[in-house]
Amino acid sequence: MTDQPTFPEPRKPLTPAEQEAARVAQRKRNIAIAIGLVGFIILIYLVTVLKMGGAIANRPL
Amino acid sequence: MPKPTAIEDLPIARAPGQWGDYVQLMKPRVMSLVVFTAFVGLICSGVPMNPVLAAVDIFCIAVGAGASAAFNMWYDADIDSVMRRTAGRPVPAGKVQGADALALGVVLTLLSVMLLGMTANWLAAGLLAFTIFFYAVVYTMWLKRWTAQNIVIGGLAGALPPVIGWAAAAGETPANAWLLVLIIFLWTPPHFWALSLYTSQDYAKAGVPMMPVVKGAKSTRLQVLVYSLILIPVCVAPFFTGLGGLAYLAVSGLGGGVFLLLAWRLYRSHAGEGADPRNTPELYDVKAGATDARNLFAFSILYLFAMFATLAVERLLGLTL
Repeated sequence: MTDQPTFPEPRKPLTPAEQEAARVAQRKRNIAIAIGLVGFIILIYLVTVLKMGGAIANRPL
Repeated sequence: MPKPTAIEDLPIARAPGQWGDYVQLMKPRVMSLVVFTAFVGLICSGVPMNPVLAAVDIFCIAVGAGASAAFNMWYDADIDSVMRRTAGRPVPAGKVQGADALALGVVLTLLSVMLLGMTANWLAAGLLAFTIFFYAVVYTMWLKRWTAQNIVIGGLAGALPPVIGWAAAAGETPANAWLLVLIIFLWTPPHFWALSLYTSQDYAKAGVPMMPVVKGAKSTRLQVLVYSLILIPVCVAPFFTGLGGLAYLAVSGLGGGVFLLLAWRLYRSHAGEGADPRNTPELYDVKAGATDARNLFAFSILYLFAMFATLAVERLLGLTL
């Protein structure tokens, strides 16, 4: 039989330097996501205030 | 054409993905063009808006464009990996996993459409959702690998941002808004085919049925000329519908004359017909007529930018209806 299934070669383990680089990159990505989330919260807050506008006082007490 | 390679089969780089690689997934240069045309649509509506809300609307449209690009990067990673121009993109280079690009596209789509719906209105949000669907599914997954008319029909996705901007401001899409869409829609084929005339070997290698690959260079040059002849009267039309003023008439008319001249020169050239014998036949070497193709490609960008900028300036200065 010629059609033997092929399997990908297992990846070599990362060297300590590569592991450190991966950690640094992950940390930077996490900081970018945090900044994005905080920015999104501020955006929603601003839009909410601006959309409500002066109408927020126009309600029965 | 079927999708030839599973994304999972692509190489995984040992260098970890940086946050900038995720930004690259959103094609920031394309986003800038989308932001510009959407902004012009918003301005041309003539509806006064809170500047912060207007900025948020434009931001949502830009993020929606980024979502479309992320879907495209995910799905097209296999053909991107064999084209020199795109081989360095994050997914084919192995910096970002295909699944991560897909996830980014889904998240950005949901955020941009929902936020635009809440900030502006659901007509604009619906148009944005349709644009993302059209680019990601109709163009990327269906047309691009199937027909030489891929960028003609698919060009609709790139043409819609002005009408989204207009709808976000006015809550309606009058004929003038669709006229802006028609201008970009008709501008896309000559613009893109001029580019493909000097990169067609790249597309052929990837099996993408671009017009020069399928119909040949001569037919492509003729079609560029025909589309240019249809495009220029449409570009001048906003003056007669009241959307543009005298400055717009001058820019669109004179620029249109130059556009037609360059399209004629391209038609008469041998662009896309193989390498200049004085050069080694490498992919990006100077080829016969390549200068004519490059000239039209470069001028088409300037022409579109000049027309839309003039429309916006005229409207801001109150020089039109």
